[in-house]
Amino acid sequence: MALKTAVSQDERVRQISWFNRLLSRPEFGALAGAILVFVMFSVFAWDSASNSSGFLGWRAVITWLQFSAEIGIIGIGATLLMIGGEFDLSVGSIIGMTSLIVLAPIVLYGWAPWQAILLTLAVAVLLGWINGTLVNSTGLPSFIVTLAFLYIYRGLTLVVTRALTGGATRVDIQALVGQKGIVDVPQAREFIRSDWLAQMFSGEIWGSPKLVQLLGNIGLIPITERRVLDPETGQRIAQNLPIIDGFPVALGWWIILTIVAIIILQRTQLGNWIFGTGGHAESARNMGVPTNRVKVILFIGTSVFATILSLLQVFETGSSEVLRGQLKEFEAIIVAVIGGTLLTGGYGSVAGAFWGALIYGMIARGTEIVRWMPNDWFRIFLGVGLLAAVLFNTYIRKRATEAK
Amino acid sequence: MTTPLIELKDIVKTFGSVIALNGVSTSVDKGQVLCLLGDNGAGKSTLIKTLSGVHIPTKGEILIEGKPVTFRSPRDAQRYGIATVHQHLSIQPLMSVSRNFFMGQEPTSGQNWLGPLNLLRKDFADKTAAEEMAKMGIDIRDPNQIVGTMSGGERQVLAIARAIYFGAKVLILDEPTAALGVKQAGVVLKYIAQVKAKGLAVVFITHNVHHAYPVADKFTILKRGQSYGTFMKEDVSREDVLAMMAGKEELDELEAELEEFARADGARVDGKASALEAAAAAERALAQNLHAESESLKKGP
Ligand SMILES: Nc1ncnc2c1ncn2[C@@H]1O[C@H](COP(=O)(O)OP(=O)(O)OP(=O)(O)O)[C@@H](O)[C@H]1O
Ligand SMILES: [Mg+2]
Repeated sequence: MALKTAVSQDERVRQISWFNRLLSRPEFGALAGAILVFVMFSVFAWDSASNSSGFLGWRAVITWLQFSAEIGIIGIGATLLMIGGEFDLSVGSIIGMTSLIVLAPIVLYGWAPWQAILLTLAVAVLLGWINGTLVNSTGLPSFIVTLAFLYIYRGLTLVVTRALTGGATRVDIQALVGQKGIVDVPQAREFIRSDWLAQMFSGEIWGSPKLVQLLGNIGLIPITERRVLDPETGQRIAQNLPIIDGFPVALGWWIILTIVAIIILQRTQLGNWIFGTGGHAESARNMGVPTNRVKVILFIGTSVFATILSLLQVFETGSSEVLRGQLKEFEAIIVAVIGGTLLTGGYGSVAGAFWGALIYGMIARGTEIVRWMPNDWFRIFLGVGLLAAVLFNTYIRKRATEAK
Repeated sequence: MTTPLIELKDIVKTFGSVIALNGVSTSVDKGQVLCLLGDNGAGKSTLIKTLSGVHIPTKGEILIEGKPVTFRSPRDAQRYGIATVHQHLSIQPLMSVSRNFFMGQEPTSGQNWLGPLNLLRKDFADKTAAEEMAKMGIDIRDPNQIVGTMSGGERQVLAIARAIYFGAKVLILDEPTAALGVKQAGVVLKYIAQVKAKGLAVVFITHNVHHAYPVADKFTILKRGQSYGTFMKEDVSREDVLAMMAGKEELDELEAELEEFARADGARVDGKASALEAAAAAERALAQNLHAESESLKKGP
């Protein structure tokens, strides 16, 4: 008896259509959902679209895109971590804490914005490292460990902020007025915006105001009369300008971070390790994957992503609050789950989280724009959406693991 | 005598109050197959896990080519060219065949400064995984197939093909033939012979004496965490090995009980003799087969 084997076309392979392949991708449900929600709100808000304040009006589009971007950024972190088999419930508290760590040194101690930002990012790495290392060394579920840190980080922020400010729970760039020759809030904003590093977290994407002006000139973006600050006189004057200033910088961060995360997850060695660690940590470790290191990296990731969101919000609003970021940890998880990521780890998609964040933003802001649809409905929609997504994903995953 | 490739000296491993290994010593040379035998729970898997870096021994020494080494993780053991098929296979059911095949040792673009952020060489991985599996007699339909959809035996072949591909010096197989069909089990035994001919050391765990005897050069018997003895093949017969694996008295007892059943059934068959005969015949066939294969191996292509 010969034990020879031959490589040949296997008669058991059935040709699978591209449509079936698409169906079996984890992000398919979220993409379909995003299209559905978009069409739904476009139809509901059709009449208001003409006056450019409706769902499809430029201002509204920017509003819901920005909202999606902010959720999307922390959604990426949550997705990668969840694929790696863990959760981080301390994300919201990290947002609150880092918002103060960046603004307090600038307004209270006269630091340059870039110094404060670098410090904040370093703290973000430290917080993630603490989370990851404790999860590894205690062997407790990350759900519990980070739930504890949800309280610890928030509590620390409150205690320290109160101590430093003499009882306040908020820091505002208004406090810069009177320092460094700054006379009013717009000048304080200008001071921060002129910092090379703070620039990356405030205002519009580099070059996009010019692009918008160009699009306005050729009639693609409506031009209206807007009151703007004249830099010379300090007076408000009327000018004909495009209806939007440009694309908010958060959008740029969201898109770039999504692309980077997709490449890391799908195309690099670390990506393979993340899937392995979340799928079956012991097996991955036996095969030589440094699973503990992978987890620490992922926790640092969620913490840094949360901090990027925090920086964007601080420079957008010009303020920090102790309670900022509450419930964001759940929103990030919702986005990941709608995006097709498995709660138990080992399976998921960053592209899915992108569409999930878009769904989230469209529903959250869409229910505000469609007048007759009270905004109070937004949570109901999200809850139902979440349930539908989980059911759909379960179905898709079954297809993927059975009929592929 | 030359220094063995790997030597285990007085290995003790405790888990809390459980003493899984209590001073086990053995060794294996280049081009030698060591067969670990023993009852369920004897400590075979625990022993090979200390050898593959999964467990750090509580006491005792691991020597490679005479030099003591400490494996802090499976990655350390891999660096010494040790590849392992664990009893539970270490497979990711939600991942594809080729991603599983290269898990932990991915082929990358190889820029050192990028570390694990190096890009995967996906085409190479797909091609190699499919080829290596085909060599073992499993045509995978698609290297991107999710492993969760494969049969138990196919998964086992994946784990073995992977270890054979990566094992540079030592190949450890923990019950690799447990879920395999006759043909695939034959292929695995043939591979063990081939790997041995290439000069690797092989550590092989099995409960099947008919798989153990034809390929092994040396047997180490474990009993309740202790070494019951190490025997060269020349010194023991197949029946000796079988008796040592199960314990002579236990085997006799079992036979007596089985005869009891047979009598109760009213069927006076000499079950014992006929079963043994059948087993012996099957074994002879397998041994001849292996002999022929290794002859052809020696001659070369
Ligand atoms: N991680 C662990 N924690 C506690 N006890 C363990 C652990 N691993 C193994 N043991 C114990 O050590 C003993 C030996 O187990 P081991 O898996 O090495 O047996 P084995 O010889 O491989 O058995 P089998 O033939 O069933 O595979 C068992 O009693 C087991 O309960
Ligand atoms: Mg075992």
